Amino acid sequence: MNTEATALSDSPDRGRKLHRRHGPPVKRLMAPAVIFLLVWMIVPLAMTIYYAFQNYNLMMPTMRGFAGWENFSILLNDPTFWSALVNTLVLVGACLIVTVGLGLVLALLFNRTFIGRGIARTLAISPFFVMPVVTGLIFKNMLFHPVYGIFSWAMRTLGLEPIDWLAHYPMLSIIMMISWEWTPFALLILLTGLQSLPEDQIEAVRLDGANRWQEFRHIVIPHLGQVLYVVVMLESIFFLTSFAEIYATTSGGPGTATTNLPYYIYLSAFFQYDIGLSSAAAIGAVVLANIFAFFLIRFVAGNLNAGGQR
Amino acid sequence: MAVVELNNVAKRYPGSGSKGAAANAVDDFNLITRDGEFIVLVGPSGCGKSTTMRMIAGLEANTGGEIRINGRDVSQVAARDRDIAMVFQSYALYPHMTVFDNMAFALKLKKYPGEDIQKRVKEAAEVLGITALLDRKPRALSGGQRQRVALGRAIVRSPQVFLMDEPLSNLDAMLRVDMRAEIIKLHRKLKVTTFYVTHDQTEAMTMGERIVVMKDGRIQQIDTPNTLYHCPANLFVAGFIGTPSMNFLKMTLGQHGMMLTGPTARLLASPERQDLSNHRGQTLWAGIRPEHLRPTDADDCAALLTGEVDVVEPLGAVTMVQMTVDGHRITAQLDGDTRVSIGDTLTLTCDSDQLHLFDTETELALPRTHAMSTTTV
Repeated sequence: MNTEATALSDSPDRGRKLHRRHGPPVKRLMAPAVIFLLVWMIVPLAMTIYYAFQNYNLMMPTMRGFAGWENFSILLNDPTFWSALVNTLVLVGACLIVTVGLGLVLALLFNRTFIGRGIARTLAISPFFVMPVVTGLIFKNMLFHPVYGIFSWAMRTLGLEPIDWLAHYPMLSIIMMISWEWTPFALLILLTGLQSLPEDQIEAVRLDGANRWQEFRHIVIPHLGQVLYVVVMLESIFFLTSFAEIYATTSGGPGTATTNLPYYIYLSAFFQYDIGLSSAAAIGAVVLANIFAFFLIRFVAGNLNAGGQR
Repeated sequence: MAVVELNNVAKRYPGSGSKGAAANAVDDFNLITRDGEFIVLVGPSGCGKSTTMRMIAGLEANTGGEIRINGRDVSQVAARDRDIAMVFQSYALYPHMTVFDNMAFALKLKKYPGEDIQKRVKEAAEVLGITALLDRKPRALSGGQRQRVALGRAIVRSPQVFLMDEPLSNLDAMLRVDMRAEIIKLHRKLKVTTFYVTHDQTEAMTMGERIVVMKDGRIQQIDTPNTLYHCPANLFVAGFIGTPSMNFLKMTLGQHGMMLTGPTARLLASPERQDLSNHRGQTLWAGIRPEHLRPTDADDCAALLTGEVDVVEPLGAVTMVQMTVDGHRITAQLDGDTRVSIGDTLTLTCDSDQLHLFDTETELALPRTHAMSTTTV
């Protein structure tokens, strides 16, 4: 009895093998979910690819036909597309840095015990529950507004010239809005990560002679590695598709200063009515998202793991 | 290597003060170790033994008294500057580091040169027999191996003091006995002052040079294993040390200060015990260890416990018998070939010098004469 128990506990694989041998027909049981997911994903993707190779403008619905690579060549020769691409990357990069950095700092603070922590946590997370369009309108009319905004009031109080944020610092304004919305998300996930850090590891590292920074660098960060990975991955996917905040505030302007890929696609589909071109741009967005998913995230995750091993 | 000195050390948790005495997790803890001594803190859970250890480590601040290591008061010194290594119950290995890095971590923080780190880790790994595991991560190790790594992480640093917080309680029974011997061997070799916390009195008895028995945050007795066994200071220590635990009967001391009588039981106090004269006519707790009881034919001697056998547990070498005498549960450890069955009426006797007596009010042991207390083997 005893030997059996130790033998079982000695090999962690044993349980899994047993499970596989006597387990339910996993593939068949998973099929409905997988098929549903495939249909949901593949059908729109296939339609997008199809339209990307079509001459299809809603203003001239009769002039349809196979376009070959024409949509893509128009796209790649459009300077607005390239600036939209750059804007997207700037937006995603800056928002990632701000939300993850600020989220980590806040998570460390909220992980400490203080009076009213529960309420403070709830409040800190609440921006995440505000709808993007509402966020845009709040910032545009109540914070950034050069006449009525709180920011301009604050600057006037200090005797400074108020700034018209959306006109002069459009990209910075968008980054501020999106970061305001998404920092709570990073905070929430990083906080749960911190709470799962065993107390005795912190104690062990303290007894090993680590100071606060070394404790953070060698124990907390490696522990958060997986969690950071999740945050960065999810956030970059969401930031790539930022639309409502831009739509509600700058409408991609001034000029094309805040036109990112989703907004570019929107413009070409619903202002130029060029379904073919917007589909081609959408393919570009899919490629970009995949580059993010594969390369950036691999890079970040690899760095974190290496940091832990060193 | 260090002398650790604890003077009136106390721990009081804020907010629990209104309940009175129970609020102190540790109270009035006094102990001075010898250099290189192996001290075991033992007691039931919640007795404050772990808190005491964590105060020595600096993981908890002592709210009273002082802790000195080699004469230096470290009460205000941060844990990382006390030069103390601790082995945790959960091992607390760093999961993202290899075994080598786990062991080398403290040395790297102290900026030891690379070759020195290599050498020290290799040496420690050899002592513990984990050289082959140095490249593995903790999750790829079994419980016993993790335990060794945790020990290795402590010994590479050659700290002033070792603290071990129930390090064996997550191992299975066989491995625990092995590791117990190994830790003793390691201690003989390294001669580092060690505090070892356990709730297992067998571990305490086998490992400790001196044992601190604690209950409710207070020290009950500090002594060598033998003295604890033969001369427990009070009822709690008597019942806590020794397996199976001591039998207790409430009995009245006769007018001659010799004979103890219960409703049916009779026991003879040692005739050498002059000190009992003060307790004539009083009710006392009489304590006898199960292994000191032996069966007898009725009425051939003065010390007699008679009762009906409730439980018989033949263990081969010995047979454990439980019976009820005057409403007290009595366990006796008899020879393995004793023929007893449930329902038999059994009469047991014991030597009068194996008898422990305790005041029923204070629960303190009645002082035994000098000759008695030195009959430790």
